[in-house]
Amino acid sequence: MAGPTVKVLVDPLVNNNPITLQILGICSALAVTTTLKASALMCLALTAVLILASGAISMIRNHIPSNIRIIVQMTIIASLVIVTDQFLKTFAAETSKQLSVFVGLIITNCIVLGRAEAFAMKNPVGLSVLDGLGNAMGYSLILIVIATLRELLGSGTLFGYQVLPLITAGGWFTPIGIMLLPPSAFFIIGLLIWALRTWKTEQVEKPQYQIHQVHRTELI
Amino acid sequence: MEAYLGLFVRAVFVENLALAFFLGMCTFLAISNKIETAIGLGVAVVVVQIITVPVNNLIFHYLLSEGALTWAGLPEIDLSFLGLITYIGVIAAMVQILEMTLDRHFPALYNALGIFLPLITVNCAILGGSLFMVERDYTFGESVVYGLGSGFGWALAITALAGLREKLKYSDVPDGLQGLGITFITVGLMSLGFMAFSGIQL
Repeated sequence: MAGPTVKVLVDPLVNNNPITLQILGICSALAVTTTLKASALMCLALTAVLILASGAISMIRNHIPSNIRIIVQMTIIASLVIVTDQFLKTFAAETSKQLSVFVGLIITNCIVLGRAEAFAMKNPVGLSVLDGLGNAMGYSLILIVIATLRELLGSGTLFGYQVLPLITAGGWFTPIGIMLLPPSAFFIIGLLIWALRTWKTEQVEKPQYQIHQVHRTELI
Repeated sequence: MEAYLGLFVRAVFVENLALAFFLGMCTFLAISNKIETAIGLGVAVVVVQIITVPVNNLIFHYLLSEGALTWAGLPEIDLSFLGLITYIGVIAAMVQILEMTLDRHFPALYNALGIFLPLITVNCAILGGSLFMVERDYTFGESVVYGLGSGFGWALAITALAGLREKLKYSDVPDGLQGLGITFITVGLMSLGFMAFSGIQL
């Protein structure tokens, strides 16, 4: 494989992650992560939609008039999401009910439209599909990490199996209730971004306002 | 009347689209640097929400849901699988019409909201509002109130966040948390505050 191909696939994982750096697709990342099972299903659904949408849009990119491109992209994405939604309702009815409106919201998930607009409109099919896969993997990585933390600490389970024995069932683990509530998702992503940017310092944003360093000599 | 008031309060505070359901997060985080732009976007969301939720409600009840086409003599048809594409189409069309109407009749308002209107088509708060309306089976009256309440709640949240961030930029934040990181922590604390409303029943 050539250099750029690998770069397109691997870059979105850490260096240019859609959630922590591009601020795309955060809604669903926060909402579905209370259980690992729902998150895994959400990742699969998004991966399927993102790859197919990137491929399809890239295929017809030279035929789309630029002033109606958003509507064309929306229509393609919406049709793919409908198919995914029907598929999940049939084969994973229980979990799909738990995801409620969030499968439908993949339509307005900015990752899909964002990548279509920024990458698939300008690049050939092969690269666009890889870019879709890469971004879907970057998204899934963050989702799985958050869901693992929230489910493990919030109810002591992983994929529904008891990992940490609960105190109510004679074990030692007291579940941390707030992990299942909305605020914890914000905190975990915030801390995750902190950890990631401490490791990759080039992602640090410049402060908008520089605090003036006062030197002793200036005071005199 | 009381039921509507209760629904309104619940949509604004308890089930705040941004802070309890994480909807419209991308714009919520990206456009909350200044209070003025935040208010502009908030107003645009309220306006679009008031129009699209009731319109989608009518479309769902008279065209898409099971047995809805009885008036056309087709009682067995269930078109609800077409819901997603219809709602997003309605939203995109409404935003476009609103933009043209404002441009023609209220140029001052158009200049204030202009740049935000196209952004709203892809704001998940709008589509989310319509989807929740369908999932909870609201009547037409309820959907008007819900549209108003949920839009207002979102506007309230983004304005409050913008106010906080305007002050926050003068604080000494650790390097890695600068920008997005500290914003997430702030939103988390706000969401924690809004959870205090969760016991309210009217």
